[in-house]
Amino acid sequence: MWCRKLRQESWRANLDVAMSTYLDHAATTPMSDAARRAMIDELGNLGNPSSLHASGRRSRKVVEEAREAIATAVGATPGEIVLTGSGTEANNLAIKGLYWKRIQEEPKNKRIISSSIEHHAVMDPIQWLVDHEGAEVTWISVNDRARLNVEELVAEIERDPQVALVSIMFANNEVGTLQPLDRVIEVAHKYGIPVHTDAVQAFGKVPLSFKELDVDAMTISGHKIGGPLGIGALIVKKSVNLTPVLHGGGQERDIRSGTLDTPAIRALGVAATEAAEQLSERALRMVELRRELTARVLAEVPDARANGDELALPGIAHFTFAGAEGDALLLLLDAQGIESSTGSACSAGVPRPSHVLLAMGMSEVDARASLRFSLGFSSTSQDVDALVSVIGGVVERARKAGQVSKR
Amino acid sequence: MRVIAAMSGGVDSAVAAARAVEAGHDVVGVHLALSANPQAYRSGARGCCTIEDSRDARRAADVIGIPFYIWDMAEEFRADVVENFISEYAAGNTPNPCLRCNEKIKFEAVLNRGIAMGFDAVVTGHYAQLRGSAEAPTLHRAVDHGKDQSYVLAVLTPEQIRHSLFPLGDTPKEEIRKEAERRGLSVANKPDSHDICFIPSGDNAGWLRDRLGVSEGPIVDEEGNRLGTHQGAFTYTIGQRKGLGISQPSDDGRARYVLKIEPVSNTVVVGAHEALAISTILGEKLRMCGPTPVGINRGFAQVRAHGAAIPCTYQFVGDGVTVTLDEPLHGLATGQAVVLYEDDRVVGSATVTATI
Repeated sequence: MWCRKLRQESWRANLDVAMSTYLDHAATTPMSDAARRAMIDELGNLGNPSSLHASGRRSRKVVEEAREAIATAVGATPGEIVLTGSGTEANNLAIKGLYWKRIQEEPKNKRIISSSIEHHAVMDPIQWLVDHEGAEVTWISVNDRARLNVEELVAEIERDPQVALVSIMFANNEVGTLQPLDRVIEVAHKYGIPVHTDAVQAFGKVPLSFKELDVDAMTISGHKIGGPLGIGALIVKKSVNLTPVLHGGGQERDIRSGTLDTPAIRALGVAATEAAEQLSERALRMVELRRELTARVLAEVPDARANGDELALPGIAHFTFAGAEGDALLLLLDAQGIESSTGSACSAGVPRPSHVLLAMGMSEVDARASLRFSLGFSSTSQDVDALVSVIGGVVERARKAGQVSKR
Repeated sequence: MRVIAAMSGGVDSAVAAARAVEAGHDVVGVHLALSANPQAYRSGARGCCTIEDSRDARRAADVIGIPFYIWDMAEEFRADVVENFISEYAAGNTPNPCLRCNEKIKFEAVLNRGIAMGFDAVVTGHYAQLRGSAEAPTLHRAVDHGKDQSYVLAVLTPEQIRHSLFPLGDTPKEEIRKEAERRGLSVANKPDSHDICFIPSGDNAGWLRDRLGVSEGPIVDEEGNRLGTHQGAFTYTIGQRKGLGISQPSDDGRARYVLKIEPVSNTVVVGAHEALAISTILGEKLRMCGPTPVGINRGFAQVRAHGAAIPCTYQFVGDGVTVTLDEPLHGLATGQAVVLYEDDRVVGSATVTATI
């Protein structure tokens, strides 16, 4: 009955989110009602924003209004917003686009500086440039709380300032640690090096202004803030030139061709506005809930360890349950209707220990014993109650599973 | 019961999982990642554990409506199956890695992990049957004798058998394919797997040479006359006829077969087909699937996964077994498993250590 009952529940969960305990908001978070309504409404409208006739004009008006809303929400000007199909695409555009442009300007600018805890959507395009385009890369280390060793980055730039670009995430997606971007930007700009930041996890969770940050390019994504899947944006200073990755109809200042997805863009505009307007209220609630979750999980499993830093995203709680296996924890929690994540990328479908945790100096065994619970604006105390009521038993079982395993 | 369905991405394990759900069990699908560097796609019937296979398994689990996870058993598989395969060949034996995988991975590592996590059993798509009581079931051949896989399960202990489910044993393979189609499982027409899954090229000798190195040695006849040179005795198997690389024909012009592999002197002995005939098998490393019969017993011996069941007399003595065949068998290598049957019940298995 165990799983069958759950299956029925998870099926019902599609109709009523409250039925399952969703603690994986860093993976994706529900669309807000207003964003969903806007998207559904727009799906019924005809028009290609690039067309010159009345339908096209109407569609373009929707896109440009949304662009203005997004710009306001991120502290940028509308002309700086380049809409993309995802955060991953925006990261690829930033990294490859900046690299190619910089190499074109000065062939010696071959080196990319980034951190050892970036998301794969940043690491992999950089590695691709290294493997196929003759780029060089320096990965900057982090401390045991996943905070960038920024003076190491400074020293690297000063040692050899011929750098194509620096890409450092705003906040880490697995343990939530905020990064010392101000210092990174200050030093990079001293040497005229453009800086990109992947702010997919940070946008909507912590105060963030593109203009004040003075970063050159910044990635955001729709589905992490209550907007739809399949839409993202790269925010780029107008003074920064990018070589396009997608060529075609010349949309988005010729930087990103492809017919604009008006319904998703409109919904992103709505979600971005909500996220910015409700930021403090949402963040405060998430911080409180996160504190409650952490305290109560540690009370249930006293030898668990909470990972990360004081300066972190409000909604991420990350634990190591030494002796247990992350995928056993995940399975057992899932069977109890609690949805969480090991936070690690599943390369080739095989769960691997997270590169972020390894970069923090964690052993492979401990990295495998780690789990992320991430809260969103729709999370409640009941979610924490549900987790706390089962976590002790689940960890105990997962530790038994860890004992029979040879690893 | 709470059961783990081991789902390879093939048609059999998918239908087995679906049948377990229908039987009222709470089923969780698990795909075993056995390769640290899986290939993206499977080519033909060879290889396994490709990313495509894991997606097929996931899709089948979705259609059936069960949770699905990938368990990384690559390290266990490498240490217990692949390394064992290599070292057995290096020692002049011919191991069966599928038996070893069942013994060490599917019904040990997976089952133990599952039990620790609160599951009661593992369900697989093997063609075999369980009979008798739930407390002490016995292992039997599948009704589809052509597809019967009881041979590769003959390493299971009664305790492991008690925690196993084989829902396909009562049905012919062709009907399983039709059933998969009826159930909307897109793997219905996927080809069966053959050969050794971790040697996707199918070139076992080349694969072993890559790992054990080239080691030239003599090919001799039974009198010790040198007939040729080989690149490594471990790439030969008893009873092998093709690929011996001997230019000189035999005196009577008849084909030669590998009779013996001597790992220490790195010598391959070849001779006539009759010389391969054996009538007595000595086995060790017993694995009993049920009670150990005492005294002298009549039954059947099988030495290959889909080989013939040969009528025999067998007797367990200490940690070993002596099997006397009613009719001689040609070409049996040490390291192979001899599986003993009482009618269609699997009595147990032993690793062949000597033949007479």
